[in-house]
Amino acid sequence: MTLDLSLTRDLLTALLPELMLTGWALVLLVVVAWRHRTGGDLRVAGGIALAAFATTAAVVWWLWWNSAAAQGYAPMIAVDDFRFISDWLFLGTGALTVLLSMRYLEREALLAPEYYVLLLFSVLGMMLMGGGSDLMVVFLGLELMSVSVYVLAGINRKSPKAAEAALKYFLLGAFASAFLLYGIALVYGATGTTNLALIGAQVTSLHLEHGTLLLIGLALLLVGFAFKVAAVPFHMWAPDVYDGAPTPVTGFMATAVKAAAFAALFRVLGQAFATTVAWHQIVSALAVATMVGGNLVALAQRSLKRMLAYSSIAHAGYVLVAVAAGNASGSAAFLFYLVAYTLTTLAAFALLAVKGRGGESDVLIDDLSGLATERPWLAFALAVCMLSLLGFPGTAGFMGKWYILVAAAQSAQWWLAALLVLTSVVSAGYYLPVIMVMYMRPAPSAAAHADVRLGRLAGAAVTLAVVGLLFFGIRPNRLLDLSAAGAESLRTPTAAAVAPPGN
Amino acid sequence: MTTTIFWAFAAIAVGSALLCVTRRSPIASALWLVLTLFALAALFVILDAQFIAVLQVLVYAGAIMVLFLFVIMLLNLGRAGPSDRKGALAWAVAGALGAGLLVPLAGLARAAPPAAIQLPEGTMAALQQQQGLVGAVARPLFETYLVPFEITSLLLLAAIVGAVVLAKRKL
Repeated sequence: MTLDLSLTRDLLTALLPELMLTGWALVLLVVVAWRHRTGGDLRVAGGIALAAFATTAAVVWWLWWNSAAAQGYAPMIAVDDFRFISDWLFLGTGALTVLLSMRYLEREALLAPEYYVLLLFSVLGMMLMGGGSDLMVVFLGLELMSVSVYVLAGINRKSPKAAEAALKYFLLGAFASAFLLYGIALVYGATGTTNLALIGAQVTSLHLEHGTLLLIGLALLLVGFAFKVAAVPFHMWAPDVYDGAPTPVTGFMATAVKAAAFAALFRVLGQAFATTVAWHQIVSALAVATMVGGNLVALAQRSLKRMLAYSSIAHAGYVLVAVAAGNASGSAAFLFYLVAYTLTTLAAFALLAVKGRGGESDVLIDDLSGLATERPWLAFALAVCMLSLLGFPGTAGFMGKWYILVAAAQSAQWWLAALLVLTSVVSAGYYLPVIMVMYMRPAPSAAAHADVRLGRLAGAAVTLAVVGLLFFGIRPNRLLDLSAAGAESLRTPTAAAVAPPGN
Repeated sequence: MTTTIFWAFAAIAVGSALLCVTRRSPIASALWLVLTLFALAALFVILDAQFIAVLQVLVYAGAIMVLFLFVIMLLNLGRAGPSDRKGALAWAVAGALGAGLLVPLAGLARAAPPAAIQLPEGTMAALQQQQGLVGAVARPLFETYLVPFEITSLLLLAAIVGAVVLAKRKL
């Protein structure tokens, strides 16, 4: 199915997933305007959100199945495999987050079904970030996602810590958006367009690879994205915000928000700046700082949530290695790792949410003592997550790291490859104690884990994630092929199909 | 001549923006912000974007800032409370970091958009003659940039929902 995006009908077809999700969000908004008092209303809203994600995923699949593609260059929204795969990732993460949140919201008495409306809006923003073929769409998607997540972080209005997290995230996020916007303005000044493919064409035809305007714009763009993925040295906000936000929201922020920022970064660098070599060094430097900084500070954490926050910073470093590799296998490894990391981290935060009850008291790693004897399945699931984050063979985390390593070696980035292995070894210093404490220490008292219950829906979500982790750890080929196809679809459309901008 | 006017309004914009963030009274800050927005409107006029300049004054300097002032006055903020400004050392560090950011940006003074993408002299004037001041803004807004325009409306909707969720006394 070839779509001519200058025709209204074809443009609407290309935008069908986004339109579908918008429609559901508006319906849900009207429903919760009347029904927002009881736990039952909350469950209804959650059910509608799940239906929204499922039908939107079906529409994305329909476009994908018909191998939809844009004719010529795509003015606002890209129609390629990369968009479809990243859409699925965001929608899946959103749906899992709904499953995890249902019980949590009732337990913490957060009777605000608008939670799900904002969740839908933020996933919509992510889809626009992953699919936008124009810097303006990417920026608006990022803002839509960010605004919704700022509020989600502070949805627990009774908690001063959540308020602090939301405000910190909002102020620093607005600051980072300003950097991004300034970068976009300078890139526009240098090339006369905000369309990614056209920027790429202008850079080659006008020989702008070393132009001051373009390079400063690119640097500011990188600052904006590095903030959203929490790469060192733009990570300062992450631990406090992750710590203060409600745990399911933290899981959502550490996975979907990060994945969306990475997807947008990857598309922008791959399509607009493919021939501008300057960013390879910057991204490499960011990757080094992020891997070293994230892992070393994580070692010192006693609180499980803060440990996971720093661990997510460290993982951003590994993904940056895949971006810096800049070759075909790096691109395939990039998407594969995002999927593996998302499944693992979301499951880990789900398990943490169960343990951290009673007004969100801090869960220390030592609090998990004896979990294995009391709740063997929970302990097993958490152990699998920790091993996958560590990169233990047999889990998806291992395969992801392995592919990144291969990609870095292929592009002769030996330093990055060596550092990735070394910092992974360091990370054993904080992942393994969690397993050790669960399995080798006795529970402090008989009732220590009595109130730890996952619930049916969250249990299903965690089971799905853990089974997925083990499955992709043993049979990664299908997912890797998909990732490779998705990454490849970013490379093809430029050069030949692009006409120079009219005005 | 145009350059002189540009630098004058640019200086006013930057100066009043600095005053806006350094004043302790929120009313004074808001009023300095109004001046910044006026100076920006003048810069838009220099760029041949008269319609945008008018909107800037009507919407930003007018409507939105009046709303700001209303809210500040309704909140009845006292002058009490400790200053959040730090000592001389913090100022020095912040100043050094800011200067560090300015150094690469100084490179922009020498950079110019490539000649190939610059519009020939008088294109804007001809366009406005042909389509009118409003049409020159409206056509791209509702044709080329329709998709971003609609996304903006969703962004505002999400912001409204978020503000209500956070601020309403009892949901």
